[in-house]
Amino acid sequence: MNRLTFKLEKRLTPSPVMVFIIPLISVLLALLLGAIFLVLTGEKPLTIYLLMFEDSLGSKYGLTETMVKAIPLMLTSLGVSLAFKMKLWNIGAEGQLYMGAMGAAWLPLTFPTLPVYLMLPGMVVLGMIAGGLWALLTAIPRAIWKVNEIITTLMLNYVAILWVDYLVYGPWRDPKGSNFPITAPFAEAARLPGLGDSRIHAGLFFALALAVILAIVFKYSRWGYSINVIGSSERAARYAGMNIKRNILLVMFLSGAISGLAGMAEVSGIIGKLQHGISPGYGYTAIIVAWLSKLNPLAIIIVSVLFGALQVGGYAVQVEGVPAAVATMLQGSILFFVLGGEVLTNYRVKLFGQKGEELSK
Amino acid sequence: MNQALIQLQGIVKKFPGVLANDHVDLDINPGEIHAILGENGSGKSTLMSVLAGLYKPDGGKILVNGVEQKFRSPRDAIACGIGMVHQHFKLVEPFTVAENITLGEQGSSFLLANKELKASINELGKKYGLEINLNAKVWQLSVGEKQRVEIVRMLYRGSKVLILDEPTAVLTPQEAAELFENLRRMASTGCAVVVITHKLNEVEAIADRVTVLRLGKLAGVLEQGQINAKEMVRLMVGRVVASKYERDSSPVGEVVLELDKVKAFNDMGLPCLREMTLCVRAGEILGLAGVSGNGQREMAEVIAGLRRVESGKVLLNDQDISNLSPRRIIDLGVAYVPEDRLGMGLVPELNALENLILKNYHQPEYSGRWLLKSQAIERNAETLVKQYQVKISSLRQPVRVLSGGNLQKLLLAREISSSPKLMVVIYPARGLDIGATEAVHKLLLELKTRKTAILLISEDLEEIFKLADRVGVVFDGQLTGDFPIEQADLEEVGLLMTGSCSARKDDGR
Repeated sequence: MNRLTFKLEKRLTPSPVMVFIIPLISVLLALLLGAIFLVLTGEKPLTIYLLMFEDSLGSKYGLTETMVKAIPLMLTSLGVSLAFKMKLWNIGAEGQLYMGAMGAAWLPLTFPTLPVYLMLPGMVVLGMIAGGLWALLTAIPRAIWKVNEIITTLMLNYVAILWVDYLVYGPWRDPKGSNFPITAPFAEAARLPGLGDSRIHAGLFFALALAVILAIVFKYSRWGYSINVIGSSERAARYAGMNIKRNILLVMFLSGAISGLAGMAEVSGIIGKLQHGISPGYGYTAIIVAWLSKLNPLAIIIVSVLFGALQVGGYAVQVEGVPAAVATMLQGSILFFVLGGEVLTNYRVKLFGQKGEELSK
Repeated sequence: MNQALIQLQGIVKKFPGVLANDHVDLDINPGEIHAILGENGSGKSTLMSVLAGLYKPDGGKILVNGVEQKFRSPRDAIACGIGMVHQHFKLVEPFTVAENITLGEQGSSFLLANKELKASINELGKKYGLEINLNAKVWQLSVGEKQRVEIVRMLYRGSKVLILDEPTAVLTPQEAAELFENLRRMASTGCAVVVITHKLNEVEAIADRVTVLRLGKLAGVLEQGQINAKEMVRLMVGRVVASKYERDSSPVGEVVLELDKVKAFNDMGLPCLREMTLCVRAGEILGLAGVSGNGQREMAEVIAGLRRVESGKVLLNDQDISNLSPRRIIDLGVAYVPEDRLGMGLVPELNALENLILKNYHQPEYSGRWLLKSQAIERNAETLVKQYQVKISSLRQPVRVLSGGNLQKLLLAREISSSPKLMVVIYPARGLDIGATEAVHKLLLELKTRKTAILLISEDLEEIFKLADRVGVVFDGQLTGDFPIEQADLEEVGLLMTGSCSARKDDGR
């Protein structure tokens, strides 16, 4: 009888309340959608979710593992967010991470006896340079001939991963490693110190420091301002006399360098050697994390922990016979709902009754 | 005529943040050409969209032949005989004219246009002098012909009231004259024609009655015999507008800008400036007239360092600035107000604070080695917005929400406040209403008194004759005329703009 209609009305400024509420609702909706899937496959969603929560955030061991996963996510997300800010679509964080790991690993493998005060800083610098140069490889054609960086960064991921594989299966393989595709273990001086005796390593501080630095750069710095202008309108930037080519090269290099640092932290802080498959796709998840965080560096830290927890929780439920892909599915659904929910930050819903009278504000 | 064909009573339409129509009344009689006049943002298009069923009014009544109607969609309006021809045509380009006319018609057969249909369309076209080739594909037609298709489509659907939104904006003068003739003929058969416009001479030429809107409210209705430009402007703007400006007639100074046989290519790599030579002096406004597309934009870009000079020289105060970087040229005192305000002159997504430091953010006034000086930036914006009377609700709102006039004021505020030696402006008043145009012109005249050399590029001869000290004409990348304003003749300049023989007349669009 009562026919309700609604219409969307554009807000002049995005609603600040919705910016916070939508991600929360999106997580709930994603869990609900995941639950439907779990029920259909004959599982008890509540049990599974509780297990995921307990094993990722509800115990000391779980929390540690969550942070271990969150650190590379934080770094790679910060890396891509810098490029995204200028609308450079660097989706090559995965490859840049691998190249950074390789660059960092080269030092302890070649000079195993260096003292720690040379070793660790050297690895950081080499890892960042390797990741940065790898990204620069795509920035140069982008700056000069406008070659689409989405394609080139993506393609170079495969090259980087296979290149590291080549090294660990071939020239860098540990002769004492009984044919496993791993390098010799790093010397103690090449290992990032941990937090107490846990597996959480100093990479966390790299991430936190970088987040603060990037937050300041984006909001208060002269350089951040020009990145923002170039990202918003290249024509206006040129008109204002900004050097666009130089900034493409610089931003892409730094973006790659930060992901390279993630690779360095992985091999030095967690694995202690270079090996096949050092990342389960951190560089790709980073794109989702950066987007969900709206390129806000401080939000990236929080969202990375959430996604780290999802990943750890996903591994945990495998024991119950539930595929770990549940975690990936939840990640995807969260992004889906957040993007859909953006309508509500930019529009207001108005309800109308049958006679066209307005029912809501 | 005692019964109006259409009556709008107390129409109210709200959009977020604005009251677009505030209790507007309007009567439309059969057989009349009724002009709806108003500045940009006065609500004339909104009002007509309400009548055409595109917008649902928030208040008020629509009466057709004395009977109240509620339109849920344009289809309902069309059923009542009300059809609207929009500024941007809604035609399917790959389809034929006949198919476009019958498209969306209820009960049309599977084959969109059969013989009988075509015959009846042809008859309709003949009746109103709107003959068109029904088998031509729409993409092959000229703009004027496309408009004719839109009109025939509305007539074919039985429109008794035809609304045209700025119909002449896209037409050549000849096409416009032809359109007016057709509209007359339609009105004489008892149709009502409503024309939305802000061109006063057109209103004088064709309208039987004029309804003037101002700021969403009804400002007045002029009956035949009362229609004159002065009165219309008074109603539109709410005050009398000077038809001539006070001009500073102090002598001009040294040559500031000199172009010496400059050659340049356009975006397609074709020559667009062929040995362009001109000069502008301090305190002088050189009005450069020309149909757009004759190298004006490229010339401005060459001066601003945004386009390569292939040969020749650009001199600023005797210093060769050809092919210097844009930033060097900005720092040497060249200001540039581009044609494309939003996207080049201003960044749509950034706010006023950020846009106002676009060109000097790197100077010690607004930033240190690393960080921006946010207090200085805020103070700068507050002063400029106040001084240049930019209407803006918050300095932190993206500038894309501003109106054209306010955007232009914001842009001029930034460029003028840099105290330039040379100011290059292209089409400064394009798309602006009378009030904003006047404000922009006054800013330019004031800048002239401060001894800035001003290169004013415009298509609007009225604007040039109002402002310029010297008139230049550009055609096909060359300066084809150069007169002191006292010796310039409107008609001669007009002829030169078209290359004196009209060979290239239509190219610029």
